[in-house]
Amino acid sequence: MSKPRVAIFDFACCEGCQLQIVNLEEEILNLIDVVDVVEWREAMSEQSHEYDIAIIEGSITREEDAKRLEVIRSRAKILIALGACATMGGLNKLKNNFDDLNEVRECVYGKDGQMPHLNTFKTKACDEVVEVDFKIHGCPIDAAEFAQIIRSLLVGKTPFVPDYPVCVECKANENICRYEYDEVCLGPIIRAGCNAPCPAAGRECFGCRGLVDNPNVEAAQEVMDKYNLTVDDLKQKLVLFNSK
Amino acid sequence: MSKDININVHHLTRVEGHGNIVVNIKDGTVEKCEWQVPEAPRFFEAMVRGRRYDDIQTIVSRICGICSISHSLVATKAVEDALDLEVSEQADLVRHLMHYSEQLQSHVLHVGYLVAPDLFGVKSVVPLTTSATDAVLKIVKCHRVANQMSKLIAGRITHPITLTPGGLTKMPTEQELLDLKAMLADCVPDLVEVVKVVLSVADQLPPFERDTEYVSLKQTNPLYKGTLSEYSFYHGDITSTDVNGDGDMPVSKWESVANEYVVAQSTAKWCKWHRDAYASGALARFNNQAEFLSPLAKTVADMFGLKKGAPGPFMNNVAQLVECAHVVEASIEIIDKLLTKGIKPEKVKVSPKAGRGHAAVEAPRGILFHSYEFDKNGECVWGNCCIPTNQNHANIQKDFDKLVPEFMHEGEDALRQKMEMLVRAYDPCISCSTHMLNVEFVK
Repeated sequence: MSKPRVAIFDFACCEGCQLQIVNLEEEILNLIDVVDVVEWREAMSEQSHEYDIAIIEGSITREEDAKRLEVIRSRAKILIALGACATMGGLNKLKNNFDDLNEVRECVYGKDGQMPHLNTFKTKACDEVVEVDFKIHGCPIDAAEFAQIIRSLLVGKTPFVPDYPVCVECKANENICRYEYDEVCLGPIIRAGCNAPCPAAGRECFGCRGLVDNPNVEAAQEVMDKYNLTVDDLKQKLVLFNSK
Repeated sequence: MSKDININVHHLTRVEGHGNIVVNIKDGTVEKCEWQVPEAPRFFEAMVRGRRYDDIQTIVSRICGICSISHSLVATKAVEDALDLEVSEQADLVRHLMHYSEQLQSHVLHVGYLVAPDLFGVKSVVPLTTSATDAVLKIVKCHRVANQMSKLIAGRITHPITLTPGGLTKMPTEQELLDLKAMLADCVPDLVEVVKVVLSVADQLPPFERDTEYVSLKQTNPLYKGTLSEYSFYHGDITSTDVNGDGDMPVSKWESVANEYVVAQSTAKWCKWHRDAYASGALARFNNQAEFLSPLAKTVADMFGLKKGAPGPFMNNVAQLVECAHVVEASIEIIDKLLTKGIKPEKVKVSPKAGRGHAAVEAPRGILFHSYEFDKNGECVWGNCCIPTNQNHANIQKDFDKLVPEFMHEGEDALRQKMEMLVRAYDPCISCSTHMLNVEFVK
């Protein structure tokens, strides 16, 4: 049986999620043994139009990028969105909070802001443009979770992606709750799978993995009540990575 | 003998971000020779507007995955400048460790994974995993050690968590620092082997040089005088090889160093200080500060015959290896200092106020400037960033202008290869540079 052909493509993003693949260190050598990486611009000079699995990093913000993604979709059997920019638009959607995108252009480029190459539309996640088969969450993604998902796909299993909140992993790690430090933490409503590195490093969860499928609003409300906070405080925090 | 050459490299590989090379030579005359950047703009200066002072470093860290620590550090420093915040000596030292971990990670990634394939005549590091397995494993080990160091100090490998205006959200324990010191010391022999492997193929670096101005930080903080960190990545004024010790610029005046300008011939905004272009990065730091390098770093420089004042651009790859050795030894020195003083708990308390602040740090690929302004509630009303790759674009173009006539007799393939290697030598971070760039998108 021939090895599955994998191609990695990047759109508007910081390319930090590709870097997590490199950050698998020695383990990436094992992965290279079982798949055939046919295109990965940041790491290789080879290019190919024939692949089974396409991994997409980044958000879609321009017409030409949407067209490129559609072509990739038509060639790939499986399409994976890699990281918050691709799975939900992530931080790039901060731009969408401006009513007028012209204001955004002029804020950065001044009088040159009207030049045609600076034309962008509102930030879109991959699944707002094409059908996405799997999502690998986070900003950045977790390298170990990436390896687990790819291994599952290679043996024909559906990858496990948690649908419980960060609080579950955070409590299991015995971190002190960030609400005890007078911080507003998104842990109660954000999807786990990261193993809660932010509370462990002394700060709140800011929501880079997106909401769980059915956030337990009542439980979140209870936490808010206990610490004299409001749901608006949560919404304020959500703007960073979960703007629409 | 005249020959037509048409080079059109669309989305150059093995660099961070998207860049194009376009060359048209007709009857032996260069009609067009351009370095272009078609990266999707992301509008970070707009994205920080209205955000709180303690969210800024989290947002701008996402400008670039490879230099996320440098972006977070410079933003945090700029916020501290705007809000008049003091940082403890302990936090300053630990931030140095965080910054050094990024220099090591980024330089090993660049030289080991992105440049080495050119020197071995292959298209990526993948074939080297079977043809030069031992060397690749040593490169991977150095990269892993750097990442473990980031994880310990910054809370995560990419996009640091622990940085906050006024200090850090978490200090490493003394035991963790002891373990880190042992890990770094253990990595030194592997790093030396990696250096030897690159030395064995260093003759594959193209024989091309061009004199230019080199811009970097220069240490002014008395805390680091006489230490290995006098070779500065984090504090100090802006200096250059054209300044000659008189005319260093305070960081608050970075805009009059970068002097961004638009030229008719090129579509990208360029930077210039004393000449029509300048270079920043490892070689610039080396050319301004080589006397402060660590013993092992000086040995590595000697192995390659690299001397202060060395011309670029290809020696930038070598200067990165020199800095790898330097940051390992400088980190060990800082760990010893922290352990001697003992780690003390810190609590950061910040009150917002109105103000404008500026900061610079050395990202792995060159000097990086951020400025922000906040209202009395601590909400950001203005931001401006100037990225090393942006500052190097003009210099890359000037190199192209000299390289193409010198090497076009070698034919299209050899010329294309040399131009690609030249861009890679700058270790460009194009995602970083786009929100400041002003480029015509040529289809």
